[in-house]
Amino acid sequence: MSGNALGEQMSCSEFVELVTDYLEGRMAGAEAEVFEAHMGLCPPCLHYLDQMRATLEALGRIPEESLPDGARETILHAFAERHPA
Amino acid sequence: MEGSRTEDAELVEALRAGDQAAFTALVDELSPALMRMALAHVPSRAIAEEVVQDTWLAVINGIDRFEGRSALRTWIFQILLNKARTRGKREKRTLPFSSFGRRAEEGGDEPAVDADRFQGRDGQRPGWWARPPAEWEGVEARIENNEVRDLLLKAIAELPPRQRDVIVLRDLQGYSSEEARNVLDLSETNQRVLLHRARSKVRAALEEHFEADQAVGATV
Repeated sequence: MSGNALGEQMSCSEFVELVTDYLEGRMAGAEAEVFEAHMGLCPPCLHYLDQMRATLEALGRIPEESLPDGARETILHAFAERHPA
Repeated sequence: MEGSRTEDAELVEALRAGDQAAFTALVDELSPALMRMALAHVPSRAIAEEVVQDTWLAVINGIDRFEGRSALRTWIFQILLNKARTRGKREKRTLPFSSFGRRAEEGGDEPAVDADRFQGRDGQRPGWWARPPAEWEGVEARIENNEVRDLLLKAIAELPPRQRDVIVLRDLQGYSSEEARNVLDLSETNQRVLLHRARSKVRAALEEHFEADQAVGATV
């Protein structure tokens, strides 16, 4: 089967529902082949996948939260209090 | 993140014995993720800090009764989530999704992309794009700015609680799917469905923002 015919087996509305399975590596071989063939013939779906990758990149760049020193000290102190040396 | 059962047992023993270094290391390891998780449920940093602090106090007081039926870190996250959810409800921050029950939380059949973006049954190619997504140009630079960061956090805050917890652990804290499943006590499929719904909505929020940005740019 040609790549195009293979890619035609999947619609765009199906493609967008499989993006997470694909990125998580949870897609069976045959399905992944159709998914990739679809991506090859449908630039908007390729953009969609790129948008999702950019979204994940952006989420990963949100700076880590931290507990303020005061709260940390209170917690560590509470532990020490409960277990006097 | 996740310790093996043996490591867990050793750590629990150390905590029960009052090993300050072991406790300090655990507090420093988990607090950033606990803070982020708490912040996703309550309206202010001050309350999130209280929730995290209360969680650690509950760990200190409860470690003797910890039975090891779940992993230690899972147990700690469960304490945090209970406290954060209760507090969030009290502060009326939690959106009314919970009344829809589990199925709605997981997104049920809600689509990743609005159905009207695709061609209908009488279209030329049903199920193919009617209003296709555009290429995001210069996205690397655009995702750097604070406005985008605030928008992402807002989009996350608006998610149903379980979707919110999964995306925070996976995509903000960088936990593996196995770690997230353990912490949240989810099946592998549930975890993936929740993550898919969450990511799809956050992408949509970002798309809307970039499109509005471009529209403004175009009229200038």
